[in-house]
Amino acid sequence: MNIDEYKKIVKKYTPSPNKLKNAYLSFISGGLIGLIGTIIYNILTYYNVNNANVWVIIILIISASILTGLSIFDNLVEKFKCGIIIPITGFAHAMTSSAIDYKKDGLITGIGSNTFKLAGSVILYGTISAFILTIIKVIINV
Amino acid sequence: MEYINAFIIVGLISMLGQIILDNTKLTPGHITSLFVVIGSILSFFNIYDYLINYSYIGSSIPITSFGNLLYKSCLEGYTNQGIIGLFSNMYKTTSAGISSAIIFSFIVTLFFKPKD
Repeated sequence: MNIDEYKKIVKKYTPSPNKLKNAYLSFISGGLIGLIGTIIYNILTYYNVNNANVWVIIILIISASILTGLSIFDNLVEKFKCGIIIPITGFAHAMTSSAIDYKKDGLITGIGSNTFKLAGSVILYGTISAFILTIIKVIINV
Repeated sequence: MEYINAFIIVGLISMLGQIILDNTKLTPGHITSLFVVIGSILSFFNIYDYLINYSYIGSSIPITSFGNLLYKSCLEGYTNQGIIGLFSNMYKTTSAGISSAIIFSFIVTLFFKPKD
């Protein structure tokens, strides 16, 4: 038996319960954020706040930023993975964490140039895809 | 019922991201960018509206809604103002999310120190 065959056998019998557990955990944590968002939304609409849906997003962003500042969010990411990265909380976390990490380099070269280090790609590719798809839609409808 | 719908929709989208993350070599950065693009593609085919009907708030929380909103406001800008609308209207609906993220991440950065 050579090494490659051995590796194949090892791979075959290595249990992968983590993937299942991760998927389950991210479902629960993502779902909880959705639940919290809906609760906030209902409270705000109960008090007749205008644009309650925008306030929900802003409140989630503020909480994610503060939790990142307190370095609680990183522990949550370790545990729940995509469950809190895919919701808008992940966007705020990406910005805050990269800004804090490079804080020591100063206001311009540190915070200024690194705030969008991770979150920039979301804005870039969102804009590009929206632009291209709109062009396609316009051409189709002409 | 709206609570359950919101739970399911955000949960399922997050779980999908986690499954992609675990089974490919993509990083979380790839996943979020990918999901924004998926969001605008779903919006392009009018599929995202089903998610919005299913759960209004639930569909606005995942990062996919970012792509959806960008596409919709870009198209709306074109129909209302012509070509200039593509550019001037692009961030109309997502502006609140982007600017609040910038402002609060900056404030938090000023007040907190990095953990070593």
